[in-house]
Amino acid sequence: MKKNNIKLMQGNEACVEGAIAAGMKFYAGYPITPSTEIAEVSAQKLPRVGGKFIQMEDEIAGMATAIGGSLAGLKSMTATSGPGFSLKQENIGYAALAEIPVVIVNVQRSGPSTGLPTAPSQGDMMQAKWGTHGDHPVIALCPSSVKETFDLTVRCFNLAEKYRMPVFLMLDEVVGHMREKIEIPDASEIEIYDRLKPTPGDENYLPYKVEEGQIVPAMAAYGDGYRFHVTGLIHDESGFPSNSTEVAQTLMTRIMKKVEDNINDIVTYEESNTDDAEIILLSYGGTARSAKSAMKKAREMGLKVGMFRPITVWPFPEERVKELAKQAKSIIVAEMNYGQMVLEVERIAKGTTDIYHVGKINGEVISPDEIFSKIKEVL
Amino acid sequence: MSSQLVQQYYRADKLPHIWCPGCGHGILMRSVSQAIHNLGLDKDKVCIVSGIGCSSRAPGYMDFNTLHTTHGRALAFATGVKMARPELEVIVVTGDGDATAIGGNHLIHAARRNINITTIVFNNNVYGMTGGQYSPTTPTGDLGTTAPYGNIDKSFDIATLAEAAGATYTARGTAYHAQQLIKLVENAIKNKGFSLIDAISICPTYYGRKNKKGSVVDMMNWLKDHAVDAKVAQKLPPEKLEGKFLIGEFKNVTEPEYTEEYQKIIERFQKER
Repeated sequence: MKKNNIKLMQGNEACVEGAIAAGMKFYAGYPITPSTEIAEVSAQKLPRVGGKFIQMEDEIAGMATAIGGSLAGLKSMTATSGPGFSLKQENIGYAALAEIPVVIVNVQRSGPSTGLPTAPSQGDMMQAKWGTHGDHPVIALCPSSVKETFDLTVRCFNLAEKYRMPVFLMLDEVVGHMREKIEIPDASEIEIYDRLKPTPGDENYLPYKVEEGQIVPAMAAYGDGYRFHVTGLIHDESGFPSNSTEVAQTLMTRIMKKVEDNINDIVTYEESNTDDAEIILLSYGGTARSAKSAMKKAREMGLKVGMFRPITVWPFPEERVKELAKQAKSIIVAEMNYGQMVLEVERIAKGTTDIYHVGKINGEVISPDEIFSKIKEVL
Repeated sequence: MSSQLVQQYYRADKLPHIWCPGCGHGILMRSVSQAIHNLGLDKDKVCIVSGIGCSSRAPGYMDFNTLHTTHGRALAFATGVKMARPELEVIVVTGDGDATAIGGNHLIHAARRNINITTIVFNNNVYGMTGGQYSPTTPTGDLGTTAPYGNIDKSFDIATLAEAAGATYTARGTAYHAQQLIKLVENAIKNKGFSLIDAISICPTYYGRKNKKGSVVDMMNWLKDHAVDAKVAQKLPPEKLEGKFLIGEFKNVTEPEYTEEYQKIIERFQKER
C-alpha cells in the first residue's frame, strides 16, 4: 500500500475521485446542498485531466447537458439532491428510452419540497424507481462508506456504459458529508468498462440494433461519421420514430429485459450473521451503519440477529430476500423515510415472515439504540 | 437545384414531412440546408438538435448527426454536444414556444455564455403540434384555442431578447424572404459564438385560420408587405414603420467563445505537466 494513496475525505469527494478513475470526462450540473462538493471538486479536477465541467442554468439543463456530452462520446455525470432530482426526472426518462449512458448522483436530503436542506434522508428511494413517467429500467446503487462511494461510483459508470442507461448513485447526506480514511486504488487495479462501439466503417450500422451476442446496441458518438438520429419518441432499430405498436412492444420489452435478464451481474449485497439469524436487519446507505452497530450489540447479548444490506437497491436483491424471509422469524427494515424499501420487502416476502419498520422523517439519523429497541420489541 | 439539395442533405426515405400544406417550415428547413451547402460544411461534422413541436421534427429529415430532444431543452443538450466535441458545427432548430416559453431559461443562458451554437427559431406565433394555443410570440389581441377572447399577453421580440442576453449574432428573416434567409443562416453559422435567427414562418392551419388571415398566399403576402429591412428602416420616419417589423442582421460582433475559453483552462494544465 502506497502511503500517498491514503487520504481522509468526504463521501462527496470520493464520488468525484471514483468518477474520474472510471473515466468521467464531462460534468454538467447545478449547485444544491448537500451535493455541492461533487460539483466543486469536479470543476477543480476535470480540466486537469483534459475533461470539462459546466455549471448550467438549472437542474433540468444539468441533466440534458450531461446526456448531450455522452452522445458526443464522453463519460458524463451530474449530481443533485431532492428538489433537483425531481427536476431532472423528465430527461432521466429520455436517457432511459434513448439508451444514453449517464451517471446521476442524488445526495438525499430531507423533503418534500425544500424540506431540511442540510439534514439527511433516504426519502427518494421510490423516486429513483418511479420518478420519471412511463415504464423504464432502473439501476441504483447505495454506498454506506466513503470507500464504498468511490467503488460504487466506478461501478455506476461501468453499468451505465455496459447497459446504455442512466444509473443512480443514491447517497445520503450522512455518507456524502462523512469523512473517513480511504485508500485510493491504483488505476491498474480498477476495472473499467467502456461502451460498445460500432465497427469502424460499418456502413450498415443501425444505432438501435442489438447484434448477436450483445446486450445493447453499439453506440457511435456524434461526429464519428455515422450521422444517426436519436429521439425520445418510440423508435425502431434505425433510431427513427415509429407509431407501430409492434415496434413499441419490441423496444420497451428490450430495454426492460436488458436489466431483468442480467440481475446476477447487476445485483450486489452484503450480509452478516444471517446463517442462524431469527431476526434480520435490512438496511442500506448511512443507516446501515447504525443497523450494523445494533446487530453487534444484539450478538454480544447472545441474540440471533443478522443483517442484510442491499448495495444494489434497484433492481432489489429479490431472490436472496425471498430466501431470508422464509428462514427468519422477522425482518426489521431501517431507513430514513416513512416506509419505502420496506414496501419492496413486504412485496417479496409475501407474508412468509413478520416485517417491522424503523423509520425517521425529522432529519435525524436513526441511532443504533433505536434499532436495538425494535429488536427487543420484536423478540 | 432543390431536388439536388434533397438528394445531398436529406433522408429521402423519411419524406414527405409531417407539416401541413402551406406551412412555412419547409422553406426555413431548406434555407438551413442551402446555407450548409453554400458554406461547404462536412455533413459528418454538423449536428442538428431540436426540442419538441412542429419545428423540431426537421432534424429527422436532415442527413446529419441529429438529435430530437425533450420540450424546451434543445439548447441544453446541444451545449453538452458542443462542449464534448467543439469541432462539430452545432445547429439548433426550435420553435417559438420551445425556445422562449418552456426553454426560455436555456436560451438566455446559452446566449450569455456565447457558446458557438447557431439557433434558428421557426417562429409561427402559435403552438401548432398541440392544436393552436397562444405562444409567447402570438400578437396581443389575437386568438388561440387557449385565448378564445383574445390574447392579453405581450409578445416576445426573440432577436432583441437574445441580443440583450449576450448573443453575438442576431437576425430576423421570413419564409417569404427565402434568399435573404439563406445568407443570414450562413452568417450565423460563420459567427464563432452564439447566433440566433428569428425565422418567421406561417401557420395557415391554426394561427391563420383562427385569426382570419386568409389563404397561404395572403399570409405570405402579409410577410412581404410588413417586413422592412433593418438598414432601410434606419432612414425611415417612425410613422412609416408603424405596424411593420424589421428583418435582416441586427448584431454581428466577435467576443470570446465559451468552448475556446474552456480549452484555454485545459491547456494551462497541459503546459504545467
